[in-house]
Formats: sequence, structure tokens, C-alpha cells
Amino acid sequence: MSVEAREARQPWILLSPALTAVALLLIVPLCFIVVYSFWLRTATGADQPGFFLDNWAEALTDPFYRDILINTLKIAAITTLVCALMGYPSAYFIARSNGNKAILLLLLMLPFWISYIIRTMSWINILGVSGALNSFLLWTGIISEPLQMLYNQATVILGLVHFLLPFMILNIFVSLDGIDVTLEDAANSLGATRWESFLQVTLPLSLPGLAAGGLLCFVLGAGTYITPLVLGGPRDAMFANLVFEAIITQLNWPLGSALSLMLLVVLGLLVAIYNRYLGMAQLMKGLG
Amino acid sequence: MSSVILRNVVKRFHKFTAVHKTSLEIPDGAFVTLLGPSGCGKTTNLRMIAGLLDPSEGEILIGGKAVNNVPIHKRNLGIVFQNYALFPHKTVAENVAFGLKYRNVPKAEIAGRVQKALDLVQLPHVGARYPKALSGGQQQRIALARAIVIEPDVLLLDEPLSALDANLREDMRVELKRIQDQIGVTTVFVTHDQSEALAMSDSIVVMSAGRVEQMGSPDEVYNNPASEFVANFLGASNILPAQCSTRGADGAVLELAPFGKVPIPAEKAQRLSDAGPAKLVLRAEKLQVLPQGAAPEGVITTPATVETVDYQGQTVRYFLRLGDRQLQAINMIDDKPFEEGAAVQIGFRPKDCSALPGEAE
Repeated sequence: MSVEAREARQPWILLSPALTAVALLLIVPLCFIVVYSFWLRTATGADQPGFFLDNWAEALTDPFYRDILINTLKIAAITTLVCALMGYPSAYFIARSNGNKAILLLLLMLPFWISYIIRTMSWINILGVSGALNSFLLWTGIISEPLQMLYNQATVILGLVHFLLPFMILNIFVSLDGIDVTLEDAANSLGATRWESFLQVTLPLSLPGLAAGGLLCFVLGAGTYITPLVLGGPRDAMFANLVFEAIITQLNWPLGSALSLMLLVVLGLLVAIYNRYLGMAQLMKGLG
Repeated sequence: MSSVILRNVVKRFHKFTAVHKTSLEIPDGAFVTLLGPSGCGKTTNLRMIAGLLDPSEGEILIGGKAVNNVPIHKRNLGIVFQNYALFPHKTVAENVAFGLKYRNVPKAEIAGRVQKALDLVQLPHVGARYPKALSGGQQQRIALARAIVIEPDVLLLDEPLSALDANLREDMRVELKRIQDQIGVTTVFVTHDQSEALAMSDSIVVMSAGRVEQMGSPDEVYNNPASEFVANFLGASNILPAQCSTRGADGAVLELAPFGKVPIPAEKAQRLSDAGPAKLVLRAEKLQVLPQGAAPEGVITTPATVETVDYQGQTVRYFLRLGDRQLQAINMIDDKPFEEGAAVQIGFRPKDCSALPGEAE
């Protein structure tokens, strides 16, 4: 074998464990799901193999699914926006803090040491009828009856923000940390106030991180089923809950497969759109 | 265009004092260099003039007005940073136009002024490109164009040439001086490179450990250093302990073993107040290495041995052994340099020396 051929093969040899894992654990199961989605669940509860479009017809035409999909995207969008607004100042603070950056980043990672489910459930102890906040308000006499604060869309968003904020902060931090601080000095020296130089220089240069954090929050938010399950009311189901319901509760694998593929396609489209945009962002980063 | 005055300025960071009580006067239109090793406080001074740092004590005046409470964006200064600090997401033209947007310059006028600034730095055709597409030297020129297009009162240059390679650095040095002459703006230049300082400045401020060691013209600072630090920082010097036997109006006479009596002219002995212990400062390039037995007119000589020869092409640097002392000499090469271990005669002319007060023993 020539040297060139050997060198050309080398990356593939190094990649092969990862490629094998991705193929066996992701691509193959995904193919199963695609196949499943065309099967049919009969009245007896058995799945009938074949090529039926019934599941797809139901998933695409039933306004129930459509409304929940829209609601899911809306919740994910609001969560992303809140994370961006709350995360940017924190990320900016960490990126500009001298000396204790490592400690601040460690603190940011700390929540990951506790299970996401436990963190989500902890809100019940805070906002529940006999939770910390109600007890406090009752004790101060501001209210005489406990407030019903849990199990609505707001608490779902709250739980998601709690879960996703570190991802947003980390992504923004990484791009802010890469920006040369003398750029702001330069803008100031040329006559821009601190706010103007932030808008003109720092913000545009940190957009790639904001976009990456936004995408991550949106996709993770739109795909979640634990948060609405724990913190949402009966009307706050998100799309992943439908998939869970179909597969685990009703044992209707074909319908569940079609629904999960639907979510996959919608989020995949979003990533594709982002990718086009990231092409530009990356270009900007390359210039930096 | 304005003068810059520092009055008893002190800058402390927590417990560390970066700049001790410093007073400086930079006249209108002058090119003044703050020269010193890293950590000497030169950049801290520049950043205080710029408004990027607030002085802990003292007053800074630009154009006669105290600016301690004027924020950086209202000081009307042009700053060129060491790493250029060009905005990577803006084109060269947008970079140069940045400061004009905040000065109410009419849109129609901006393009013309940007072009004029690009012409001045001899890069008229790069306006549409992004900074990353330019070489280091070109980016440097754009940073300069961006700083001068706003017609600043003072131009501040923070080691602007240190990121360039040697040849480019020398070209840019000439270029920078030409542009400064052309627009006549008061300029404060920070560098640790003595040759840059000597070549470009009207006046050099030598700093060390947060204090001003000497301020004067390049010639003064070079030939008549005010301290041992200045003598050693600007090129290599031999500093020899001596004894001042007479100190009069026409100079001083130093006793220097084993050379003998060395009469120092008055203007080079002004830092020596009285007879007593003194130091003789002799620049390495003023110490001549001569063949054995040579005794040119007006040169005080003594025999010595060549220890090390550092060949540099046009010049040669000798390390010479004289008793328990090592001396440095930098000489032009005439024919062939002396060899290591050669016995030679070394000597100097008294008028090339200067005197500093010595420590009492």
C-alpha cells in the first residue's frame, strides 16, 4: 500500500469506534422507528407489519397534535428567550471577572451534579401548596390561603429555564471570553460610550455563542417531557409527552414512532436553518 | 492639539504601587517616548492619560484642562494598541469611520475623510477588506489611520511596533515619524525598545520601577545618563567605581585605577556635587580595543586581555578582563577582530565619559 493510501485511511481507522457506536446506537434504532411508523396497530393490540400511512395521517391532520406541537415550540421559544436575557449578563460577568473565573465556572457546573429530575422536583418544595414560598407568605400574613402556583405553563417554563440556563451561559461565555477586551477600549477611545461599544463591538462578536446557546436551549426545551410531567398541569403536555403516552402507556409503538419522527423533522429543520446561519457566524468568528 | 501634563500622579493597584509620584510635561506637538523595561509603569501612565485607568492621586491635564473626571470617550484621543484592536467584524473603512460616527461628521464627509486617512498611511485600496485579510504591518497602519482620522488632541501609541518583525518595524518607525510630523499631533509613545525611542523621539522619559529616571532629548539621555539604570538600559555601559579628587567650574577630575586621572567636562559632571566617591560611566562603543603598545593622542590606556569575542558582522563586541573586572567594548571591525586570549591595550577619551555620584564605602 502506498504512503498516500495509508495516510488517507488513517482518519477512518481512528473514527471507526465512534462511527460504529453512532451507527449501532443511533442510525439503526432510528431506522427501526421509521419502519415502525408505517406499521399498524390492530384492535387486538398486536402490531401489523406493512406499509400503512394511517399513523402519519393521524399525526399530521389531527388538530390535537398540531396544537400541542405549536404549544411545545412556543414554550421552547419563551424558555430560550428568557435564558438568553438572563444568561447574557451572567456570562458577561464571568468572562470579565479576573482571577476567579475558574470558581465561577465550577459553580455554574455544580447543578449538573444533581439529577435533573431531582432539581425539577425541588420546585414542588418551593412553590407547592405547603412549600417554602406559601409558608413564608402565610407566616407574614400577606395571604391567608395558600396560593396555587404550580402546575401551569409558567412553572413549566420556570423549570426549563432552571434546567437550561447553564447551557446558555456556557455558550455565551465561550464566545465572550474569546473577544479581546482592548476592542472595547478602542471603541471607547474613539468616542463610543460603554453601552455603545457593547452594542457595536461586543454584542455582534458574541452572537455565534448566543446562537449556539439558543439552539441548544430550544432543542433541549422542545424535546423535554420530564419538566411538563413534574411541573405542568394536565393541559400543559408537550410534544414529547405525547410520544411517551403513545409508547409507554398505550403501547402504540407505530403511532409513537410517527410522532417522534415528526418532532425530529421539525427540530432537524431548525438545526438546518441554524446551520446556514452558523455558516455566516463561523465566517465572522474566522475573521475574529 | 494639546500639551499633556501629569502632576504628582500616583497609581496604586491594591497594595502595589505601579507609578510613584510622577510629574511630566509633554509640550504641544512633541513626540515623547516613555521608555523602560516591562513593569516600569510606562503603560500605566499611558492608560491614565487615555482614561482607561484612574490615577490614585494627582492630576492629569490635557490642553490645560484637568481631565481626571472626563471619561475616555470624551477625551478626544487617538490610541493605537499593541495588538491593533481592529474590529474584526467591520471592514477597514468601517473601522476607520468608527470614531467619526460619534463626532457628528456628516455622512457625505465621512467617506472622504476615511479615504484621506487611508491615503496618509499609504493603503488607499483596502477599505472594503476585513482586517484579517491584511498583514500585521497593514493592520498596524489601519489602526493608526483609525486613531488619527478623528483629529485627536493627543495620539497615544502603546508599543505599536512590538508585534512586527524586525525589518517591518524599522520601516514602520520611519513611517510613523513621517505621519506624526505631517499632522503635528502631540504624541506619547510607549516602548521598551531603546533604538525606537532614540530614533523617533523629541524627548525620552526613561522609567524604572514606577519612577521617572530621566527626561531629556535622545542625545542627552544617551550621552549623559542621569543614573546607572539609564546608562545600562540605553545600550551597554561600563560603570566603574572612581574617586573624585577635584570638582570645579570646568568639570571634575576622577581617579580611576588603573587608568589614572580622568578629567570629565563640566556638562557631563553636573550630577557630581562634590569631591568624594564617584562612578565613571563609559559606553561600550567608546571603549577602544587597541593593539599592544598603541597610545593614540588624547586616549588614556591600560593593558588588558580579550576574554570573549562576539562577532556581529559590522561591529564586534569584546568582553575584556582588567584585573578582577570585566569590561565591554563594541568596536567597528577594521580588518580583523582580536582573538580570544589576546593581550591588548584598551583606552578611551575622557570627554566620552560622564560621572555619577558613587556610594561612600
